[in-house]
Amino acid sequence: MTIHSLGSVLAEHPFFRELPTPHLDTVTGCVSNVVFPPGEFVFREGQAADRFYVVREGRVAVEVFVPNKGPVTIETIEGGEVLGWSWLFPPYRAHFDARALNAVRALELDGACLRTKCEKDPALGYELTRRFNQIIVARLEATRMQLLDLYGRDD
Amino acid sequence: MAATTESAAAALPATDPMRPEPFEVRHVTRETGDTFTLTLVPVAGARSRPFLPGQFNMLYVFGVGEVPISISGDPARPEVLVHTIRAVGATTRAMQKLEKGAWVGVRGPFGTSWPVHEAHGQDVVLIAGGIGLAPIRPALYHVLLHRALYGRVVVLYGARTPRDMLYAKELRDWRSRFDVNVDVTVDRATMEWQGAVGVVTKMVQRSPFDPSAAIALICGPEVMIRYAALGLQQRGMPGSSVFVSMERNMKCAVGVCGHCQFGPFFVCKDGPVFRYDRIQPFFGMREV
Repeated sequence: MTIHSLGSVLAEHPFFRELPTPHLDTVTGCVSNVVFPPGEFVFREGQAADRFYVVREGRVAVEVFVPNKGPVTIETIEGGEVLGWSWLFPPYRAHFDARALNAVRALELDGACLRTKCEKDPALGYELTRRFNQIIVARLEATRMQLLDLYGRDD
Repeated sequence: MAATTESAAAALPATDPMRPEPFEVRHVTRETGDTFTLTLVPVAGARSRPFLPGQFNMLYVFGVGEVPISISGDPARPEVLVHTIRAVGATTRAMQKLEKGAWVGVRGPFGTSWPVHEAHGQDVVLIAGGIGLAPIRPALYHVLLHRALYGRVVVLYGARTPRDMLYAKELRDWRSRFDVNVDVTVDRATMEWQGAVGVVTKMVQRSPFDPSAAIALICGPEVMIRYAALGLQQRGMPGSSVFVSMERNMKCAVGVCGHCQFGPFFVCKDGPVFRYDRIQPFFGMREV
């Protein structure tokens, strides 16, 4: 697959939609195509977070291991969504496990490469941070709703 | 769109609405640990109860108490009354102990209904959380019976855990249909669950419907309703196309006692199904 076609795929993903072409070209230089079979870990808790993923197809479970209970899924990420933001913030370590629940096709973005490019191009850095902040806010709201335990017993 | 909820006149009680009539428990289904479904049939001269999707009955456990319960059965089969009930108080706990052959008192049906006729020609989005799937189910039965009259049909259902999901077999059946899009999510799960984990409102954003030509029906906890309606509005759906089923402490069920007052409305008489833009100002109002 050519760099150009990767760029086209990237441009169609909701996370990068309407990203200015120069920025898109810059980001495309840090992208590769990846596939994860069912059950394979995309990343593990504690690993260096030097990548993130824009999921094209499939479902990824974000898990935390609870002693005496095993892995608990706290969220799933599906086609059209983004997986991983620890690459943006020190100490650049994954906070959870991410495991493919079915066949997952994704674009893998090199976080270290992007961080360097964002340092050189603050406009790109601002745009990516703005988009990630929207995701983080949405997930924070979702987590708060989950904490409310809306469907639990009232008494 | 003339977006008003359906007149309940077609299904108002013909006899004294304050007098319960006897029904026999024909079947009990244990849905989850604390939720069960009673199938009731009229006995001792009581009449069957045609109803509209979204309406509720007052169910009376003799000597214990009376509670409002949404009708969760098929409106095309009015000869039986189906109620899915969560055991949360003295009366519903007493209902949980009822067995086949027991009698209960029934008043109803009461209240407004889902706008299944206004939705003709449009996409229908049914959003349910927890036991909120029970009042939504009659609307889905109706839509599926008259499937050609509607555009895309989308069911978004959120539950606490996979074990807390209602109507598991029916959900599988609906998912296997090519003319219904069913998305299920849970708030938490262990690794045996291969489905989605997250809040039901998240599914609104990626759901396949046309917000400019759709009607949404929402039932669940009020916080969920608020966020689901917000998600629909963010996708461009006007509040006049969103309908919600409200829950309040209903006693008389005919708009007399005032127990279920919600702003200027009585939920038992003006609801339980409301057009969202009409009640939105009262959502989150602590005094209401």
